[in-house]
Amino acid sequence: MNKIYSKANILYIPVLLILALYVVYPFFDGIRIAFTNWNGFSQKFKYIGLANFARLLTDDSVRVAFVNTLIYGFGSTLLQQILGLFCALLLTGPYRGRTVVRTVIYLPVLFSAFVMGAMWYYVVQYNGALNDIVTLLGHAKVFWLSQHTVTVSLFVLINTFQYMGVSMVIYIAGIKAIPVTYLEAATVEGAGAWRRFGQIILPLLFPALLTSITINLIGGFKLFDLIMALTAGGPGYTTHSLATLIYATYFGGQQAGFSAAIGLLLFLTILFFTIVFNRIVRGQEVEFT
Amino acid sequence: MMSPARNLSSTTWKAFFGLLIMAVQLLPIYITLTVALKGQTELSSVWAFPARPLWDNFVQAFVAGKVARAFLNTAVITVAATAAVVILGALAGYPLARARSRLNTLVNDFILAIMMIPALSLLVPLYVLMNRLHAISTFQGIIPIHVAFNFPLTVFLFTNFMRSLPRELDEAAFLDGCSVYSIFYRIMLPLLKPVTVTSIILTSVAVWNDFQFSVYFLQKSGMRVITLAINGFFGISGSNLHVGSAAALLSIIPVTVLFLFLQRYFVSGMVAGALK
Repeated sequence: MNKIYSKANILYIPVLLILALYVVYPFFDGIRIAFTNWNGFSQKFKYIGLANFARLLTDDSVRVAFVNTLIYGFGSTLLQQILGLFCALLLTGPYRGRTVVRTVIYLPVLFSAFVMGAMWYYVVQYNGALNDIVTLLGHAKVFWLSQHTVTVSLFVLINTFQYMGVSMVIYIAGIKAIPVTYLEAATVEGAGAWRRFGQIILPLLFPALLTSITINLIGGFKLFDLIMALTAGGPGYTTHSLATLIYATYFGGQQAGFSAAIGLLLFLTILFFTIVFNRIVRGQEVEFT
Repeated sequence: MMSPARNLSSTTWKAFFGLLIMAVQLLPIYITLTVALKGQTELSSVWAFPARPLWDNFVQAFVAGKVARAFLNTAVITVAATAAVVILGALAGYPLARARSRLNTLVNDFILAIMMIPALSLLVPLYVLMNRLHAISTFQGIIPIHVAFNFPLTVFLFTNFMRSLPRELDEAAFLDGCSVYSIFYRIMLPLLKPVTVTSIILTSVAVWNDFQFSVYFLQKSGMRVITLAINGFFGISGSNLHVGSAAALLSIIPVTVLFLFLQRYFVSGMVAGALK
């Protein structure tokens, strides 16, 4: 049978050709460009060795964008696990209107992150909804979008709200897979709600936890749309992620070579954390017996 | 046993948290709606729902903002890319699921490895490639990009699904004289409905919502997709936040409606996509 099936191998050739042209070739071409001082449009450029990579280590905008990227990644991931798990626990027990609440929490996952950013703009702009509350409480209006720390934290929050539905759904699936007998047995033995959570639910959710963390982390590292919608990386370069810095360095800064080097940095950052978390996941498969 | 009083308070707290979370999620949509229903001269708080809703911004979005054109462009790109991804992805999954060989293991690993490369890190060389192909601001340029970056997950889902189908089905069909291709067409294809629905949802939502590729590769105003049209309202050139809010709301309607009707497929599909 295997030989006969092999005749069907030609069926994956279109996919391989498209991937070769649009992913593999650009990947290697990107490495080549990263060794040049090309500005993005001129016919002339020089190979400048490792200069762009050396600059990655010293350039202040890269340092800020790299730190921001880690904050966007780890910050949203942490909050998404807390909120996602909380919502999952809230909505797996008896709860009136459960479907409605789940739907509303999940809905933003399906929206474009760019449109989500645009809608939040009306909330966080200077004359927006949030400052109306601030004024009502007797404080001076806050510049939510032009203060480094405030704005970066705000992005973490908005990203968290948009995608916490993903973690919630993963945790709901995980909780439902826990055999009811475990929890019943624990209750009979006299374990309270907190002990049942800490000693049964949480350990058994560990695989779901790692899956959810990996997805959220990668999503956070790639933050682009939201920043483009609200600040485009500004003021200055204070709110850039690596992804938006790539865009700004290429089109605004006309430094294609350096931009390609930042692209490699983003790739390696995501690859590093994906591998680390996959390693951990593999060691932690839990089976229900 | 919980005392009735404690039971009541815990129910109240649960209801409170549920409502609070919903309020946070619906807040931006509500505020955007109040802005969309007011004129530019209206100075009331964005919290206040207008006494006399003004629908003119929605009309303006379509007329002045060329949102209709953007919708059409987005729809063309989404349908074409999704169709290509699903058809070619299903075809590719068949030999990968059935023909076991060292070559196919390699091909499979290669496609999975591609998933590790974030598109955003490739945008400079991709732009160079697109420029060389004279494909900037064209349908034939942007569509293959979406197709390429949605392939790995789709191929993976189809391969896994077909692996789970019993081989006895194929073998029986083969003994009856079917070729490899007609086994796919007559035996496999009718069984692929669930994974096809999942792939259509994952791909079409990703393409419909795209901003990152569009902002790089669709620069002519006639080729704008919906996210770029919304971006236009925020720009320095033509900033009209009221029409912009109307356009933003219009853009989330299709996906919201689909979600409400096909919720079951959406969530299971998204989880399948997420869990990889």
